[in-house]
Amino acid sequence: MNASAKPLAIHDLTVAYQDKPVLWDIDLSVPTGVLAAIVGPNGAGKSTLIKATLGLMPVAAGTVEMFGQPYAKARRMVGYVPQRSSVDWDFPTNALDVVLMGTYGQLGWIKRPSKADREWALHCLEQLAMADFAQRQISQLSGGQQQRVFLARALAQRAQLYLMDEPFVGVDAVTERAIISLLQQLRSDGKTVICVHHDLDSAPEYFDWVALLNVRMIAAGPMKTIWTPENISQTYGGRTQSLIRGAA
Amino acid sequence: MSILDLFRDYTLRNVALGAMVLGIVSGILGCFAVLRRQGLLGDALSHAALPGIAIAYLLTGSKAPIVLLLGAGIAGWVGTLVINRIVRDTRISEDSALGIVLSVFFGVGILLLTYIAKRNDANQAGLDRFLFGQAATLVATDVLTMSILGGLALGCLVLLYKEFKLLAFDPAFAASLGFPPNRLGILLTSLIVVAIVIGLQTVGVVLMAAMLVGPAVAARQWTHRLSVMLVLSGVFGASAGIAGTMLSLGQQHVPTGPMIILSLTAIVTISLLFAPARGLVWAKIRQNHSLNNEPRNREIQPAKGE
Repeated sequence: MNASAKPLAIHDLTVAYQDKPVLWDIDLSVPTGVLAAIVGPNGAGKSTLIKATLGLMPVAAGTVEMFGQPYAKARRMVGYVPQRSSVDWDFPTNALDVVLMGTYGQLGWIKRPSKADREWALHCLEQLAMADFAQRQISQLSGGQQQRVFLARALAQRAQLYLMDEPFVGVDAVTERAIISLLQQLRSDGKTVICVHHDLDSAPEYFDWVALLNVRMIAAGPMKTIWTPENISQTYGGRTQSLIRGAA
Repeated sequence: MSILDLFRDYTLRNVALGAMVLGIVSGILGCFAVLRRQGLLGDALSHAALPGIAIAYLLTGSKAPIVLLLGAGIAGWVGTLVINRIVRDTRISEDSALGIVLSVFFGVGILLLTYIAKRNDANQAGLDRFLFGQAATLVATDVLTMSILGGLALGCLVLLYKEFKLLAFDPAFAASLGFPPNRLGILLTSLIVVAIVIGLQTVGVVLMAAMLVGPAVAARQWTHRLSVMLVLSGVFGASAGIAGTMLSLGQQHVPTGPMIILSLTAIVTISLLFAPARGLVWAKIRQNHSLNNEPRNREIQPAKGE
């Protein structure tokens, strides 16, 4: 690991879906230790950016480096929280088991989780106030609890950089507070967090760094300098200015 | 006919053992097909195996089960790759791809069987038994072959249990960890092809899909744990196999394959209706109960909308 290398550096990234560009010529460099939000309207390519970064979809052009290495070599330093709706929560398993999946990457092929891994997974659930639900079948958890299980799973990855796809969508107030305190804990531990976020009101409150995206990268940098009405209006095509309250 | 006959009678014992091995292997592997919402996959691949049987016979002139089943396995596996390519390289959805492979391969298989039948070749009789299976033809070596193949497939599953579980629950997360979902999926599907090959002599290509889907659907009703579901599914598959054998080889000789499937249907029906927690009957009772207890809410609700 190169200590001076940025957690995430994207150069000239273009992603197309059936000949239609979803992301166009993206440059993004995220510094260590920030809580970064990727903000933009529906169809701006926010989730696509996360997925392309993780090699989950083919890219037409460009490079992605994490800690100065391609993702395939940096995997173990990266944690991922997919959208909650991306899986079938009726799958026959319990919360602890899902969190244990976060240790699979470090375990590698064939090897099974040990007792120590189970204790670690339980500890991760505790961090999100979910220890009481460890043995609960996942379909019997509320939406917010399911989201906390997903975050605990990412925590179990022991990563340096976390990529989260809409962690705040459809969660209750308790979960929202739990996620915020987790994010702050991660930042104070020197980790880097990048979240896809769609709520303009809460973005400047929760995050200290922002990337404004609408197919192209409109602006990216510290929240204080980037979060301006002009930039936001440019990102949203000038349509939603009245919705923006938090802007400087 | 009693349970004891199963141990005394040579034919009966082979058929029952064969059906049991098939039930265990297809029951366990079928869980993953069902959990990945690929219930149709088994149907497509078992139909895709038919031309392989015909081609293997045309090339070798042999009717030895091992030769024909090898042909079936290769054809089923080619079917797997074709489905995979169609989904990956075209805009055709997975269910359509399954439908295409099922009908095209099966059509070719029937065509080849007809061609073989018309060659006036005395040796050819009996290839069509793979359509609906003919369990009575199972001999001890067949059962041994089935057990070895099934054992290898299940051994592979045990080895990669963690990876397959992750694949079935969250393939994108699996990919992010470096477990390639596409290759794991092909491997898992190849194991399902092995289960299908095991079942061709007993239940045949047309009914094989039920052996993959039925036990898994029934087992899911009774448990919330994957490991328990796998074991239960194997037990259900084996029970249906043995029950079907006994029912078919009793007084009247009815075909074994369909009797196995009917036994399985009984297990599935009971599970869907009466399993605690997920059974439809209990759900209905709970629903009525809660409606009777809260009559006021029902009256108030329409007024809210106005």
